[in-house]
Amino acid sequence: MTAAPAIEARGLRRVFRVRQGLFAEPRQVVAVDDVSFSVPAGSVLGVVGESGCGKSTLARLILGLLPPSAGDVLVDGKRLAELDRRARARLIQPVFQDPFASLNPRRRVKDIVAMPLAAQGDVPSAAMASRVAEMLARVGLSEEQGERYPAQLSGGQRQRVAIARALVLRPRIVVCDEPTSALDVSVQAQILNLLAELRRELGLTYLFISHNLAVVEHVASEVAVMYLGRIVERSEAEALFRAPGHPYTRALLASVLTPEPGLGVPDVGLGDAMPDPANIPPGCRFHPRCPQAFDRCPREAPAAWATAGGFAECHLLEPTAPAGLAGAGASQRQLAR
Amino acid sequence: MSEALTAPGDGATGRRLAFLLGALIVGVVALAAVLGPSITPHDPFAQDLGKRLVVPFWMEGGGREHPLGTDQLGRDYLARLIYGARISMVIGVLTVVASGLIGTTLGVLGGFFGGRIDDLVLFAITCRLSIPVVLVALAVVGLMGNSFTLVILVLGLLLWDRFAVVARSTTMQVRNLDYVSAAWCAGSSSFSMLVREVLPNIATHLAVVATLEMALAILLEAALSFLGLGVPPPLPSWGLMIAEAKDYMFFSPWVIMVPGVALFALVFGINLLGDGLREMLGTQDAR
Repeated sequence: MTAAPAIEARGLRRVFRVRQGLFAEPRQVVAVDDVSFSVPAGSVLGVVGESGCGKSTLARLILGLLPPSAGDVLVDGKRLAELDRRARARLIQPVFQDPFASLNPRRRVKDIVAMPLAAQGDVPSAAMASRVAEMLARVGLSEEQGERYPAQLSGGQRQRVAIARALVLRPRIVVCDEPTSALDVSVQAQILNLLAELRRELGLTYLFISHNLAVVEHVASEVAVMYLGRIVERSEAEALFRAPGHPYTRALLASVLTPEPGLGVPDVGLGDAMPDPANIPPGCRFHPRCPQAFDRCPREAPAAWATAGGFAECHLLEPTAPAGLAGAGASQRQLAR
Repeated sequence: MSEALTAPGDGATGRRLAFLLGALIVGVVALAAVLGPSITPHDPFAQDLGKRLVVPFWMEGGGREHPLGTDQLGRDYLARLIYGARISMVIGVLTVVASGLIGTTLGVLGGFFGGRIDDLVLFAITCRLSIPVVLVALAVVGLMGNSFTLVILVLGLLLWDRFAVVARSTTMQVRNLDYVSAAWCAGSSSFSMLVREVLPNIATHLAVVATLEMALAILLEAALSFLGLGVPPPLPSWGLMIAEAKDYMFFSPWVIMVPGVALFALVFGINLLGDGLREMLGTQDAR
């Protein structure tokens, strides 16, 4: 049986028009540029990248909160654009970053969790109450906490409420947009463990977006690295952390802070230039910050080349790299391994 | 140093006092408006030409019979003031209800749906802002004659602009919050998102606007009545009382002072109430 992938993105692109001033031409900001991927049912795709790389836009496109400028999103083999919102809700649900903004401050926790059931319109109220109670228990909240307002809960408890709300309809897919980055470090692990546990028990598929590589390593079976709107490397998770193919992935891995004293903040050699999605460099979009860039990089966009666990878009990975530079590239690759 | 530390606390108690004072003033006026006839035995319409311009109790010759004196037709001034409070409160409340409904509906729809609908709402607000209320009142009264209902209609149909502006901008803020996105992803209908997610979270802002608009409506009613475009005589509107008293203000200054002070105190009280409300709701949101 060849089941359809839980999530499939085909050539997704999203362009924002940004007004600069009263008479200036609006500039185009390409937040997501020709992104294609598929997530098999039951697995976790981690999406990493620095802020502004388009990962939250990608999440909103997959959820249908934003219409794509081009391309298609397929959820469970069906085109998202053709599903009505209630049918979508039964398939795919979000968990947002900030549990202080994602819960309506004027509603009780139990009403917040019941909201997706009420929106379906055909769930009898007795069944609703029992499903809410069951869901609250499942995420580790008491019945008494269900009577409270969000302001009376801690950050971790609020995120548990958000997870309960996402899962109460029994969706197959959950899009987690930085679900732990607004939480205290001590609470992050609890929430990650809860998400992993629920995934095993309910057979869920996650699209897990984070800027934190350590978090992604903990949950993801596959990882996509985004840079300026494109997936520049996609790989099976274990292989990515063992042998990163793209120079940007290597820099991200090198930037993870270590608890070792005396090392200070790591220098990853990316320079101070911030990437600007309104002004994407020609050729390889990473070349202005790449420590290994050579003459070809600004001229030619790299194709996707095979790596240990997937692919990466980098000229250095081309099997027949230009003479004189192959040595440097190879040594860098070895260094990275 | 200690001053700097205590100053914010003093400010908070000061605002609290201001809020309580506002609530007291509005409460007293509202109570007088409700109890009305049981406070004073006099009929506000009964004339007694033998007792014209009787002085109030604090002046020499004033008595208990007419604590605030009588007007130029010998009508009891206290009875008229109390009856006028009733008119002011009814006009204030009904105007706010009507304009609040219109303005909130328009603003919330524009802010929530954006695009074409928002363009229409903005156009409606611009049109409304370019219509002078007094001119409209003049035209309407000229066409239909002045009446109590007409004042409420004119004010209620014209004073919704601030409700619309505030409802629109706060809705635009709330619409982009993740809990509205979550409701959208959960398949909630637009109506249910507006009623359950948006409205409860902008209600505090609207309550503050409601107090400001009520004060404005009361002042406008007084102004229209003063100009003869509002409540028709012999109804004792405060604005009308001021208008009728202005011919006597040189020899009997209290006839213009009494309704003037009452008007000032009520509007002042409502504004204090609104400020206190904003302050209290603001700190609650920040908590």
